[in-house]
Amino acid sequence: MLLLILKRIGLGLITLFIVSLITFVGVEVLPGDACTTYLEREAYGAALDACIKRLGLDVPAYERYLDWASNVVRGDFGYSLSGEMPINEVLGPRVKNSLVLASVSILIGIPLAIVLGIITALWRDKLPDIMISTITIFSMTIPEFISATLLILIVAIWLGWLPGIVIIPSDATFYELLSNIILPVVAISMIMTAHMARMVRSSVIQVMASDYVQMAILKGVPYWKMVFRHVLPNALLPAINVVALTIAWLLGGVVVTEVVFNYPGLGRLVIESISNRDLPVVQALAIILASIYVGINLIADLMTLMLNPRLKSLQIRK
Amino acid sequence: MNEIIESVKNLSIGFNSQKGKQISILKNVSTNIKKGETVGIVGESGSGKSTLALAMMGYIKQGLFPLKGECLFKSEDLLKMSSRQLEKIRGRKIAMIPQNAGQALTPNLKIGYQIDEALRLHTDLKKTERDKKISELLNKVRLPSPETMAFRYPHELSGGQQQRVAVAMALAGKPDLLLLDEPTTGLDVTTQAHVLELLRFIAKDTGTSMIYVSHDLGAIAQVSDRIVVMYAGEIVLEGPARKILKEPIHPYTYGLLKSIPKLSLAGLPDSMPGSQPQPGSINEGCSFYDRCNLATDNCKKNSPDLEHIKELDTNVRCFNYKELINQNNNLQTSITKKSNNSEANEVLKLKDVSISYAKQKFFDQLLNKISDQNPTVKDINIDIKKGETIALVGESGSGKSTILKSIAGLLKTKDGQIKFENDRILSSDLKMRNPNDLRAIQLIFQNPDESLNPNHTVEQILSQPLKLYFNLSGEELKKNIIDLLKKVRLGEFYMSRYPRQLSGGEKQRVAVARAFAAKPDIILCDEVTSALDVSVQAAVLNLLQQLKEDLGTTYVFVSHDLAVVRAISDRVAVLYQGRLCEIGPSQNVYKFPSHPYTEVLLGAVLEPDPDIKPKLVAEDIVEEKPPEKGCSFQGRCPRKIGDICNSEVPPWQIGENGNAIRCHINIEELASLQQ
Repeated sequence: MLLLILKRIGLGLITLFIVSLITFVGVEVLPGDACTTYLEREAYGAALDACIKRLGLDVPAYERYLDWASNVVRGDFGYSLSGEMPINEVLGPRVKNSLVLASVSILIGIPLAIVLGIITALWRDKLPDIMISTITIFSMTIPEFISATLLILIVAIWLGWLPGIVIIPSDATFYELLSNIILPVVAISMIMTAHMARMVRSSVIQVMASDYVQMAILKGVPYWKMVFRHVLPNALLPAINVVALTIAWLLGGVVVTEVVFNYPGLGRLVIESISNRDLPVVQALAIILASIYVGINLIADLMTLMLNPRLKSLQIRK
Repeated sequence: MNEIIESVKNLSIGFNSQKGKQISILKNVSTNIKKGETVGIVGESGSGKSTLALAMMGYIKQGLFPLKGECLFKSEDLLKMSSRQLEKIRGRKIAMIPQNAGQALTPNLKIGYQIDEALRLHTDLKKTERDKKISELLNKVRLPSPETMAFRYPHELSGGQQQRVAVAMALAGKPDLLLLDEPTTGLDVTTQAHVLELLRFIAKDTGTSMIYVSHDLGAIAQVSDRIVVMYAGEIVLEGPARKILKEPIHPYTYGLLKSIPKLSLAGLPDSMPGSQPQPGSINEGCSFYDRCNLATDNCKKNSPDLEHIKELDTNVRCFNYKELINQNNNLQTSITKKSNNSEANEVLKLKDVSISYAKQKFFDQLLNKISDQNPTVKDINIDIKKGETIALVGESGSGKSTILKSIAGLLKTKDGQIKFENDRILSSDLKMRNPNDLRAIQLIFQNPDESLNPNHTVEQILSQPLKLYFNLSGEELKKNIIDLLKKVRLGEFYMSRYPRQLSGGEKQRVAVARAFAAKPDIILCDEVTSALDVSVQAAVLNLLQQLKEDLGTTYVFVSHDLAVVRAISDRVAVLYQGRLCEIGPSQNVYKFPSHPYTEVLLGAVLEPDPDIKPKLVAEDIVEEKPPEKGCSFQGRCPRKIGDICNSEVPPWQIGENGNAIRCHINIEELASLQQ
């Protein structure tokens, strides 16, 4: 078991190493370097020299990689070009904001998705299922920039209940954030909940058709007891990995929603730093997002391993 | 004794077809279950036997609904009860033992919890009393170390143990009636015999009534007092077990019994033509009309009623049953098959073959070698003559399919050689074999549902080998396909059909035709009849034999069913844990002296005759790995003589009648022990 965990962690680290190499090489092979792309038309003479000196671009590439990588390992991503401040200071509040957005969406979305999935499965092809399934399929198919824009149009402009965009500084406090993120959370949860509810539904239906559920019924187990003891633990196990992917997606990938609502999270930072040609920040973001994906998937794998008695004893026996 | 526990009255169950027609899969079924009685319900797949059994618990599968009739349990109709009322009866009054315990036990709950659940629901015992009861129950079904067993998960148990747990769970509520839905199907022969023995003991011990549903007349014969035979949703024959099995007076039952291969009888069983009609396809007349050789015009137009014959205590649904009463007693005949005209030259030689499933270590992978001191299959030496049928027999895990895969090139061998025609070594890597060798060795798989591509028509399926090996096209291709279909006795119109439009037997015929399309020298048959109903199995066996006699093909036939093997093979090799135990001409392997493992296997075979009881001589424990040294059967051998069995691999001894036995006991001594 321990060996397996170490193996998985090792694999995760190798993945991160490869990601860092790819981003570094990617930046390297682009025409020009960080200074020429950043300074653009002023990239000549003394300004360029100063910039190159400041960023240490005058040393060979592999040395710079080693230097950068060892700093990253120590948690130092270097300096942002546009803000001219340590990247850590740029990232800190953004990570926090994204975490707030993600965790609120998760806290609302996942339980809702599970409940909806179970309801639709247990009342399969009856009225509750038909209604909920229609809505979930609908919200799954509408792209998020449309649903987000519609939400702003209806709730913020026509009804005027909530602010349409988030106008707060990126270092706002938790409470300031909370009142501002209702609409983004709704927009994100809609898609996420719909996806997961469909997954839970099909998984529950599959388990309900299994021999052991039929056996439990024929054993005289009352309906709800059967659902909670015999169906749900087996049906929700495969959902863990999907939930993990969703969380990873929430933390880094909700670019469109963040841009539409002007939300100062990691996703928008990706867009900003790319359009500002702030290559050190892009590099840092690539590493951070990759570690989030690797880390969360690792946790999900381990959870599945712990909760599934089949896999657990398999590992012990080995 | 004559108190009726459950009575089914005029029960019909059906579904609505896509065209909105009502189609019944149970038609007007009536029967009574008496207290303390074991009733066997027998029928082939699709006969409605499981639907009937489940309805007797008030459970109707999704998509089906009762059309008319009632299921009275102690004069209350189960089909009209609310689910709350049913919860009080299920598990407490009527308990179920499912077909596949491995899938019927909830995977995330421990064995102990699942039995405890039944106890909590159906008894008033306290926690400590329940714990005691759990080990009592586990003990009763003869599971080893009941205390620790309760803390294990279902997947940690072997198939036979899972089935025992299911029995314990059913007994927890002290039911009046036990329903058993194919409880031993899918278990190994020895395990099956042990589980049946346990069930018989429990029936006697607790006085519980039992309904035993199975397609296997052999198993039914061992446990039942009374037998109900179902065909196409109807009861066609019902009566005392002995009468039904020895003097069946319905043509279907008669044909069914004739189509079962028997150990005591060499040669192929009689096959019944055709297959069971689809639900809803028969509107008038007897549903057995088109397969019946007693049929008259009357049978085509009018459907017979279930008629009670007082002097035989039997109900029969046939107009012409009297003809069978007069002509009975010739159940013990079989088609004699041509003894093989095996020429002396060998077509395939396995020399010191070992096969390992062990994961290769990194360095071994680089050096492309397999280091495994204790491989799954070891030291297999078999010479196969041209035109013979050699059978590999053994329980699951005996390595028989593994050897087959290696011959086909699907699995690499670890050591040894496979030689084909004139001692030419076949590469163990499929990619290195030349196209002609690939053509010469064909495989037929166990389950035609999985081996035929569901999106291809029969024509496409059969044209693939013809195109690949013979470059046929156009008219010639079509002519060849029609020829092939004719060979397996299917009409030309099957060409445009998809596998899902065929019955199980027809599908397997297509699979046989596909193998023969390559004009192979050797056909490897991997449990080709075990997914089929008995009447269909007999037909496929006859077909294989006929094709072999016509074309001179060599078969390597893998099966767990000793009776089937007896029917078709010329020579038998018995395997245990990937090691050969005995090999010889089939008529001699089935006679004594035999290897102790063969003896155990033969003893456990169930014959459709209540007077032949299985002999249980060894425990049905499951060994996960072959022993490191000594005899492969040392762990279970009833005739073990001592340390020599653990330390030394036994020598081959060749008996007078030509079969070779690998045992430390002297062959004459074995013969006298087994008399």
